[in-house]
Order: sequence, then structure tokens, then C-alpha cells
Amino acid sequence: MTAVRSQWRSRNHANYWAFVVHRVSGLLLALFLPAHFWALSLAIEGEAALDGFLQWSAQPLVKLAEAVLVLLLGAHLTGGLRLLAVEFLPWRDWQKTVVAVSGGLSVAAGLLFLLNAV
Amino acid sequence: MNTALDVAVWRGAEQGRFVSYVVPLRENQTVLDIVTYIQRHLDSTLSYRFSCRVGMCGSCAMTVNGVPRWTCRTHVRRVATNSRLEIAPLRNMKVVKDLSVDMTGFFDKWARAGGAFAPQKTHSKDFAVVQPDSRARRQADAGIECIGCGVCYAACDLVSWNADYLGPAALNRAWTLVNDVRDGARAQRLAAVAGDAGCHACHSHQSCVQWCPMELNPTSAIAGLKRATVGAALKGAL
Repeated sequence: MTAVRSQWRSRNHANYWAFVVHRVSGLLLALFLPAHFWALSLAIEGEAALDGFLQWSAQPLVKLAEAVLVLLLGAHLTGGLRLLAVEFLPWRDWQKTVVAVSGGLSVAAGLLFLLNAV
Repeated sequence: MNTALDVAVWRGAEQGRFVSYVVPLRENQTVLDIVTYIQRHLDSTLSYRFSCRVGMCGSCAMTVNGVPRWTCRTHVRRVATNSRLEIAPLRNMKVVKDLSVDMTGFFDKWARAGGAFAPQKTHSKDFAVVQPDSRARRQADAGIECIGCGVCYAACDLVSWNADYLGPAALNRAWTLVNDVRDGARAQRLAAVAGDAGCHACHSHQSCVQWCPMELNPTSAIAGLKRATVGAALKGAL
């Protein structure tokens, strides 16, 4: 069938959004990995190169980006643990609560990082 | 207060378009009443499927405002937005005509998932004694009321992404039989659902749980199958 205009509505529930967040956070973290390895490789090039990078990373905008990274890590970690619980533990009917707790923990981790950075 | 509904109904097969109809709004009106009104009073060529009208047969499921629902038990006032309804055939099944879909693939997958009960006893033997409060029976009972409406199958993105995926209803059926102590085909059934298109393909989106009109929990059943197949594999029985 070519077009059902409002088909997205059947996906508009907490557990589907949790899937989307888990998938998108995973993809973004995968994209970040090369940059992470590049930053680590600066240590091999010498003290000056790494210090220069660390100085650059102290800028407020970079710190904000790092907070987003922590948020993504938190979302991916808690989302993964949630899935493991769904699949390997006895079923619980409070799935929405688990999604909310996962989201809350991720945001808290991001905010804590930000508080620490300023 | 509005006295009429603007109803967009899918007309055609895989290729088609939405056609608008104006239907009188009444109190206590179901979506199936709307479709029936259109067919009886506005356009007799409209094709759709229904039977019992009381939520038992599972034949009247359609996509209503983007969500798969059993139309005979879905009240218009619960789902209409601004006196508008959009009624389309179920997703993930080939459209035969208008609101009727071909459910052959859906039911074939029940067979592929080992959905047929395999008795161990013949009629000459005594009745099996099944404890109603045993863990296995309670797990079987939790999924046994499936009416085969296809709502979960239509809601499932995994079915859209992998046409071979057995789907929530077939896997839910398999799980009820895995937990049926009278059944004699547990090993074959676990093997049937353990493949790439079986229980491990499920991403636990839980759209099946969200929209199942019988409020069953196929995701829980599929998680049970995942654990059972992993257990069988670890024991070398798979």
C-alpha cells in the first residue's frame, strides 16, 4: 500500500520511543568513536599535542558537547540494561516506569557532568 | 456539536487512494458501524470483512487513524479527531481490496512456528491432569485468548523489516504450547522459532502489547521463547 498518512501513530508509545533513543544514541556514539580514538592517539604523539587538545576541550561549548555525550552514554547503557531485563528477567508490568527511570538516570548523569564542568 | 463525521476510507488494492465520505454521527457508534453505513448507504462496492461484531472472531481489524484496531469494539468517540476518521487496511498484509487484506501469510506463520498442538496421548488414555495454578499453565493461560485478528502483526515494525519474521501472534501461540504439559513437540517447536526469523528477531518495541485488543502480551511470550531457546541450546538440545 502506498500511503497511510498517520501510520506513525501506532509507534507513539513509551517503549517504541525507548527503542528509538537506544538506537539513535548507539549510532551517534559509534560516530563519536573515531574522534575518541584520535584524541587518545595524541598521547602517543607527545605531551604537547595532548595538552593542546585538553586545553581546547576545556572550552564551554566542548564541555556542553561532552555533557551530551554523557547523556547519550547513559541513554544507551540504561536502554541496554532495560532490554536485558525485558528479555532475561521475569516480565514486569511496569515497563513504562522502567523507561522513565532509564531516561531519568541518563538525564541525571548528563546534568551531573555539566555541574561538575562549570 | 458536530452531527457528521468526515471519513477517509482506503479504496483500491496495494495501489489506491483515500476517498472521503460524510457519515451521520450517532451516540454509541463503532468504527465498524461507520464502515457498514458507508457500504449500505453510500457505496455498495466497498469491501471489508467482519463476522461476530462482539470482539470474538478477530475478522474486522483495520487501521483506524494510523492505529491497528478491532473495529467492532472501537467506539468512534474514542478515536475520532476533530470529527475525522481515516480507515485503512491492516499493515504488513497484502491488500485484497479496500479494507480486506490477505491473511494467508499471517496464518501460514502460525503453522511454521509449530502452532498446532501435538498430543502425546490417544483417546483411549486417561485425561491429562493439568494443575491450573502451575507456573507453566499460568504462562499458557496468559496468551491463550488470542483471537487471531492480526492487530499485533500489523503493528509490528519487525514484520515490515523482515517479511519472513514469524510475528507476535504466531510466537505467542508457540509459547502457549511450549507451556502446555500435554504437548509432545516442544523440541521441534523451539527449533522452529529459534531461527533468524523467529523469536530472536524481536526488538521488544512492544507495539504488539500496546495495541492487542485482548490485552495479551506477545513481547513477554517472545521473551519466554528467547529464554527457552537459549536454555535448550546450552543443553545441546537445539
